[in-house]
Amino acid sequence: MARKTMMAASALCVLAAAATATGCGAADMTKQASPYADAAGTKTVTLSVQSWVGARANTAVAKYLLEHELGYRVDTVQVDEVPAWDALSQGRVDAIMEDWGHPEQEKRYVEDKKTIAPGGDLGVTGHIGWWVPKYFADAHPDVLDWRNLNKYASQLRGPESGGKGQLLDGSPSYVTNDKALVANLGLDYKVVFAGSEAAQITQLQQSAKEKKPFLTYWYEPQWLFNEVPMVEVKLPEYTQECADKGTKDPSTVNCAYPTTPLKKFLNADFTRKGGKAARFLKNFAWSKKDQNAVAQMIAEDKLSADEAAKRWVKENPDVWKKWLP
Amino acid sequence: MSTATTPARAAAARAKKTEPEAAAGAAVLKALWARPAARKLLILAAAAAVLVPVAAATHGSGTWPSAFTVDLTKPLTGASDWIIDNRDSHWAFLYFFGHVSGAIIGAVHAVYTVLLALGWAGVTATAALLAWRVAGARVAVVALASFAACGLLGMWVPTMRTLALMIVAVAVSVAVGALLGLAAGLSDRTFRALRPVLDTMQALPAFAYLLPVVLVFGIGVAPAVLATVVYAAPPMARLTALGLRSTDQGVMEAVESLGATGRQRLLTARLPLARRELLLGVNQTIMMALSMAVIASVIGADGLGDRVYQALSTVDVGSALAAGIPIVLLAIVLDRTTAGAASPRSSRTTARTRRATAWAAGVAVVAAAALTAGAKPWPDTWTVAIAAPVNTAKDWMVDHLYTGIPGIGGTADLAAHYTAWVLDPLRDGLQALPWWGALLLVAALAWLIGTWRTALTAVLSLAAIGVLGRWELSMDTLSQVVAAVAVTLVLGFAIAVPAARSPRVERLLRPVLDVFQTMPQFVYLIPVVALFGIGRAPAAAAAVVYALPAVVRIASEGLRRVNPGAMESARSLGATSGQQLRQVQFPLARPQLLLAVNQAVVLVLSVVIIGGLVGGGALGYEVVFGLAQGDLATGLTAGVAIACLGLMLDRVTQPTKGARDGA
Repeated sequence: MARKTMMAASALCVLAAAATATGCGAADMTKQASPYADAAGTKTVTLSVQSWVGARANTAVAKYLLEHELGYRVDTVQVDEVPAWDALSQGRVDAIMEDWGHPEQEKRYVEDKKTIAPGGDLGVTGHIGWWVPKYFADAHPDVLDWRNLNKYASQLRGPESGGKGQLLDGSPSYVTNDKALVANLGLDYKVVFAGSEAAQITQLQQSAKEKKPFLTYWYEPQWLFNEVPMVEVKLPEYTQECADKGTKDPSTVNCAYPTTPLKKFLNADFTRKGGKAARFLKNFAWSKKDQNAVAQMIAEDKLSADEAAKRWVKENPDVWKKWLP
Repeated sequence: MSTATTPARAAAARAKKTEPEAAAGAAVLKALWARPAARKLLILAAAAAVLVPVAAATHGSGTWPSAFTVDLTKPLTGASDWIIDNRDSHWAFLYFFGHVSGAIIGAVHAVYTVLLALGWAGVTATAALLAWRVAGARVAVVALASFAACGLLGMWVPTMRTLALMIVAVAVSVAVGALLGLAAGLSDRTFRALRPVLDTMQALPAFAYLLPVVLVFGIGVAPAVLATVVYAAPPMARLTALGLRSTDQGVMEAVESLGATGRQRLLTARLPLARRELLLGVNQTIMMALSMAVIASVIGADGLGDRVYQALSTVDVGSALAAGIPIVLLAIVLDRTTAGAASPRSSRTTARTRRATAWAAGVAVVAAAALTAGAKPWPDTWTVAIAAPVNTAKDWMVDHLYTGIPGIGGTADLAAHYTAWVLDPLRDGLQALPWWGALLLVAALAWLIGTWRTALTAVLSLAAIGVLGRWELSMDTLSQVVAAVAVTLVLGFAIAVPAARSPRVERLLRPVLDVFQTMPQFVYLIPVVALFGIGRAPAAAAAVVYALPAVVRIASEGLRRVNPGAMESARSLGATSGQQLRQVQFPLARPQLLLAVNQAVVLVLSVVIIGGLVGGGALGYEVVFGLAQGDLATGLTAGVAIACLGLMLDRVTQPTKGARDGA
């Protein structure tokens, strides 16, 4: 009995605390930060980490410097790309460190609602494409032209590709036109989604270990190239006309992916009130080589993100000193 | 009662069949009619004979006819856009959802602040003290060791976040569940109305809940808590209602004759008598909430779940395990503590003053611990990195098992064969099944072991999938579930038989089962990909691992409880061990075994869906895609289809429904 009253009392306490915390007027959900932020009296910055390792490298170094050079506490939350925009606009996260181009979201949140502010270039250029392992390309150099892909379909079959060649795609959250490309280029392939990048990488590593051929959706910069050398398959050239057509109707795309300068985005309120942290994140810019070095330490050498960042920071003070406000 | 008579009758019927078969013609039909199962099938066959030709003639015999589908893409996309555009201005969001979300965030923040203020020493001491007072010294030691282990693994802060979220989520779930249960326990009408809702909520894979809450509340802690409450409240409601409804009539009459008012009766007799069920409800709720804590990391729940999720993106099994172990430990501590509270103990008679002293002493210890250690999170230097050795072990295992085991090939070949020889034919078969045939099959299965009502629910659920236009995908998912359930059952029963016969085997198995059952499903995903490649095979493997413990547990429990008298008489008749098993134990344990099947189906479905993350495709992929792209139309439709599939599978495998209806 005593326990029950205690339970009721604690429930009441929680409710009362909640009521005093929120007051009784309007409560704008889009201005509610994470409950873990600013606990124990420290200034907290929340960074969104995307699931790929390059993005984790950005965040790891930013986190390390914010904590050790500027005295912030940094939280990282893993969110998929599109929901991350949503979270950024609501202030649940303060910054996205690497964005691969989301025109629809950019228009909605940056131009219309003005809840997100551009944070400048990351300094790295991203490129998406189709790749085959180097050992396979060396043996069959003509596989590198998309027109010859059908010739190799039978060698690239997988258990899930239903008798066609397998084009391995990764996470459903990534920017991809592969289904449209396969259809519009008349390829005898099926797009098989590994479902997550982790699953895709595991599969690629396993195939490479046995020197089996594969065709995969992949992107640069990516640490896996150091471990599994791959060569890009040439797709029909990217043109503005094709891109415009694709923005209107994604199912009509029939050309290669563009080369995208990766960008940072910050929450609009954060840019105004974030002080040093916001200025630091705006200044943050590094090269593909730097990013890969950190990513490789995290993913391949299995260092913790913090440890990898620490090593990089120690060796490259001339790069990061410029970022400090 | 009825559960015991049914197998007996079946056994009798079998015995009769062995007699010389003299019956003929009409007699056969009559005899058939006398058996309820055959009667149901005859009725169904008659209905089918009338309806099928019509259905086949008008809408063909292929997949679900397009005339019966409704495309919800437009309205759903519209709704999603509207919500995003009005989230910061519309009154419903400002004055209702905003406060809900604010209250949750405030509560989690408050709990988290308290936990941080207590520091690692204070939290550990508090946990040990609570466990000691509620469940005894042994559990207290477990609690102490578990919290220390969480710190040692370098997971202190994430553990505290998960704990804060859990405390709030469990408190809300228990409150909501208890209120619903109270209503259902006191009124028959509410009970009847609520039961199918609760049944449905429990059969649904957690993944299906996520998208709608995310849409309204965005990413973060608030939607995570809400999704957890939806998932964890049903067991509390169900057990509260059960406890209140099963109060001893004699006691009630005695209380009534003493002139107690309705409220007094509730507070002094019915609730105290239902104590056991209430505490069991809290226990179940905590377990469900913990398993959801990890899945909710997909929508930004932070804490341990987020660590597991982040480790998955670097294919880092070691780190995933380092974050998974604290979840298992939390589960074990909370389970033992609440289970300890539920079991009657002699110490109830302890004098009030002594109890008060013990509490006071405990609080003093906590305060002292908090003060001496300072309000700090776990010291960084006291951690042990297990990630690297675990990864080395995993790599070694993969290297040696993937291919080239003489005779049977490797796991890769196994996966390829499983996909090509089991999954593909099964999927193609299910997809080739005429739509009316599938409906008929489901009706027959559900009606045979349930009532016409369960059969109707099952058929309607399947039809709803067709209407949503997810027929082909659902058949794909269904084939994965069926195949994985079959594997789970074969393995599960094979393990359950020795476990039921030898207490030593059972003792050895128990901790293993505990760990596998509470380990978050996400942790399984990467090693199975390494072993089985991507696709449907690894999803199946993860599902089997996840569902196996429950099946082993329920089945061995059922086999062990078989009446010793029956076993003894079988033995005295000279039955061999195998005969005993086949002809006595299995038939008598039938209800438990069917329950094991039901559990296997529900659990396997929940993992097959998560298998969308490792290339399982079908409905799971659509949910993942919907979440990843913020695409409500795709994600929600797939979520509803999964819900329908879960409901259908549950009804098709739930034999006890009929018996409970009668009770």
